[in-house]
Amino acid sequence: MIKNTKKAQKNNILSLEDVSISYGKFEAVKNIFCNFKKGDITSLIGPSGCGKSTVLRSLNRMNDLIPNCSLKGTVLFDGTNIYDKRVDPVEVRRRIGMVFQQPNPFPKSIYENIAFGARINGYAGDMDDLVELSLKKAALWSECKDKLNDSGYSLSGGQQQRLCIARTIAIEPEIILMDEPCSALDPISTLKIEETMHELKKNFTIIIVTHNMQQALRVSDMTAFFNAIEYEDGDGGKVGYLAEFNSTKKIFSSPKEKTTQEYISGKFG
Amino acid sequence: MNSLFYQKNSSRNIGDKVFTTLSLICVVIAILPLIFLVTYILIKGGAQITPELFTLEPNPPGDDLDAGGINPALIGTLIITTIASIIAIPVGVGGGIYLAEYSKGGPFSRFIRFGVNVLAGVPSIIAGVFIYALIVSTKILFGSMYSGFAGGMALSILMLPTVIKTTDEGLKLVPNELRYASLGVGASMYTTILKITLPSAFRSIATGVVLGIARAAGETAPLIFTALFSYYYITGFGDLFYEMGSLAVLIYNFALEPYDAQNKLAWAASFILVLSILSVNIFSRILAAFTEKTKRV
Amino acid sequence: MEEKLALFKNRKRFGIEKNIDIIFKNTALVLSSFVAIILLGIVLVVFVQSFESFSRYGLKFLVTSEWNPVKDEYGAFTAIYGTLITSFISLLITIPLGVGTAIFITEDFVPKVFREIIGSFVELLAAIPSVVLGLWAIFVMEPFFRAFFVFLHNFFGWVPLFSTEPTGRNSLLAILILVVMLLPIVTSIARDSLNQVPKKLRNASYGIGASRWKTIFSVILPAALSGIMAGVLLALGRAMGETMAVTMIIGNSNAFSWSLLSPGYTISSMLANQFGEADGSQVSSLFYAAFVLMILSLVVNIFAQWLVKKFSLKY
Repeated sequence: MIKNTKKAQKNNILSLEDVSISYGKFEAVKNIFCNFKKGDITSLIGPSGCGKSTVLRSLNRMNDLIPNCSLKGTVLFDGTNIYDKRVDPVEVRRRIGMVFQQPNPFPKSIYENIAFGARINGYAGDMDDLVELSLKKAALWSECKDKLNDSGYSLSGGQQQRLCIARTIAIEPEIILMDEPCSALDPISTLKIEETMHELKKNFTIIIVTHNMQQALRVSDMTAFFNAIEYEDGDGGKVGYLAEFNSTKKIFSSPKEKTTQEYISGKFG
Repeated sequence: MNSLFYQKNSSRNIGDKVFTTLSLICVVIAILPLIFLVTYILIKGGAQITPELFTLEPNPPGDDLDAGGINPALIGTLIITTIASIIAIPVGVGGGIYLAEYSKGGPFSRFIRFGVNVLAGVPSIIAGVFIYALIVSTKILFGSMYSGFAGGMALSILMLPTVIKTTDEGLKLVPNELRYASLGVGASMYTTILKITLPSAFRSIATGVVLGIARAAGETAPLIFTALFSYYYITGFGDLFYEMGSLAVLIYNFALEPYDAQNKLAWAASFILVLSILSVNIFSRILAAFTEKTKRV
Repeated sequence: MEEKLALFKNRKRFGIEKNIDIIFKNTALVLSSFVAIILLGIVLVVFVQSFESFSRYGLKFLVTSEWNPVKDEYGAFTAIYGTLITSFISLLITIPLGVGTAIFITEDFVPKVFREIIGSFVELLAAIPSVVLGLWAIFVMEPFFRAFFVFLHNFFGWVPLFSTEPTGRNSLLAILILVVMLLPIVTSIARDSLNQVPKKLRNASYGIGASRWKTIFSVILPAALSGIMAGVLLALGRAMGETMAVTMIIGNSNAFSWSLLSPGYTISSMLANQFGEADGSQVSSLFYAAFVLMILSLVVNIFAQWLVKKFSLKY
């Protein structure tokens, strides 16, 4: 690779190059080009069915688990196409963690929820320290330091989601993907998680899918607006595409595309 | 006719009454013999229970005064069912894991699931015939013919579909979110299965497997020409390769004897068999109901 | 941050761990293939063993009823007839009883607690070993029905099915014990199928003023029909293969008779009775009979599965 371009891409931790994703015969998203910068929080927004979650899941190969899902194009992470045949998806997921839409703690104790991931990642340090540190980073420590041996399910929904965040940061990934992490939560829990994200920004790159435009505005540096258009052959099916990608400020104050303008002002979605 | 009042004698209301009564009669006809059956076995069999029953060998038929005990058959049933479990549980759980975790809905898994259902429908005596041809008549097991080992293998064929099915279905009930959670922190498939999904499904799989074992313990047809029967104590490991008694075959053999003493032994064995099978069933039902309640909270 | 990262010494997956993953998957694959192997093995072994008899008697085996080890002549008609007649008649009795019971425990005639008790009681009885049912049939059922059989013969003796003098164990007793065994199967599957009928269908029918039984007969039963049919077929397969209880009560005679009041034979009871002591070409003929039984039950089971599949596509 030429040195200059390498320098230019230095800040890009993850790049999508002409990515199209299909479920069986149906294309879900098409021709995505996009660069995610290191240390940024990037929001993916857009109407339902535009494929933003599909794109997010493709970034650490969680889509592999969905039958019939296939990807064309290149997803570059750390200079490697993670869809290269030689790449082990398990390795990818160890370096790009994920927080899901529904809080999904393991049916184990709070302590074990965090220790499980760290242990399988070969963590050799002091486990108690790691658990404490991760829970502190996820702003959950004060609420659960006295009941680390209780089941993860004993927590409230918002706490469970922060436990899942703690579990993810415990394995020290380089990127954290969040798939509408607050959609199942009440406003107060949502606020807490957003605070947590601001804290996490210091150490991690975060990519988040959200339905909530205020949230995107509050938390993210960059925003990618996805939209969906009907297929050209017009049988009603829709295919998603990346309509606009810019700094969050610009997207919300002076969007270039008309559809972006319409979406953020609530005309559709 | 224009009235909204309930008309007792309209053909519609009479018809409804008649059918309701008919269905009640069905229930009574269906339930009554079953109640008789269970109480009869428990009373008649329970009356024969003595301490010696559990320690003595059965006497050969003919001596009408003293039939002896059922110790060899009791131990034999335990051994044969254990052998069957040792074979069927790993194969079944492993197969179930493949169906539920690896090949979701592909043509191979559809074929295997079909095969599981077909195998579940194969008459139990055919399993006995199969093992007879494969093992007993060929003397492939160290030259022994009828053996407890062969009996265990025949039973394992009957247990296998149950074990695969319960594993498959138990794992399918584990929400996908849990799998994603584990894979999302970088766990490999086998860690995810062994540490997360299998433990989550453990109770439902264990219940199904235990019910399968209980069912196998009462099976007779696969044993009558694989394990055959024996009147003698099981004294050592080597006895696995000789004819072995079992409660089920003891009931069959002694029910057909003309002597009252042997018949009584058959009733006693039935009592033990039915009581243990029913208690396993009832216990697992209570456990399942309990699990369902706690899950809803 | 950099410091902490260093603590993840084994972040890279070792080759061995990757291999475990692959080995684990392939082991599971092999184990699941065992089902297919066993199934094929059974069909193959039974077929090969029956080949001698098959080539000697061909299809004549199915329609002649001579079974004579001394003369070395074998035909399985008596056993095949016995298998079919006992399983079909027992099913004819079981279907209305089982479906009627299922309707009773899916409708709200009695409080839910009672319905659940009846339901689980019926299911528990499926767990009773058939050899125990056989024992019960010999010592309780046979004496109980003796007088009834005499009455049946005296008044309906002109019907071929009741044309012989009842003497102890006979096919009719086998049919009755089969009814006891099949009832739990038919009832529980019929109940599940009835429960799966969407509530809205029932409401639609009540909404246009249909009575309860009108609704059951013209809306609910038709919607549950294929599920019930599948259950009936599974029960049929079970009845044809059922061995112990039948062997103990049917009388085990190869002398052919149309009458249900005379001792009879089924394929499985013939196998249970003769397999242990058979030798020479008798063994091959028994395998041939086993093969016939296997094909019968395979056909019934596959048909049942096909119905289940068709059924599940509908909802």
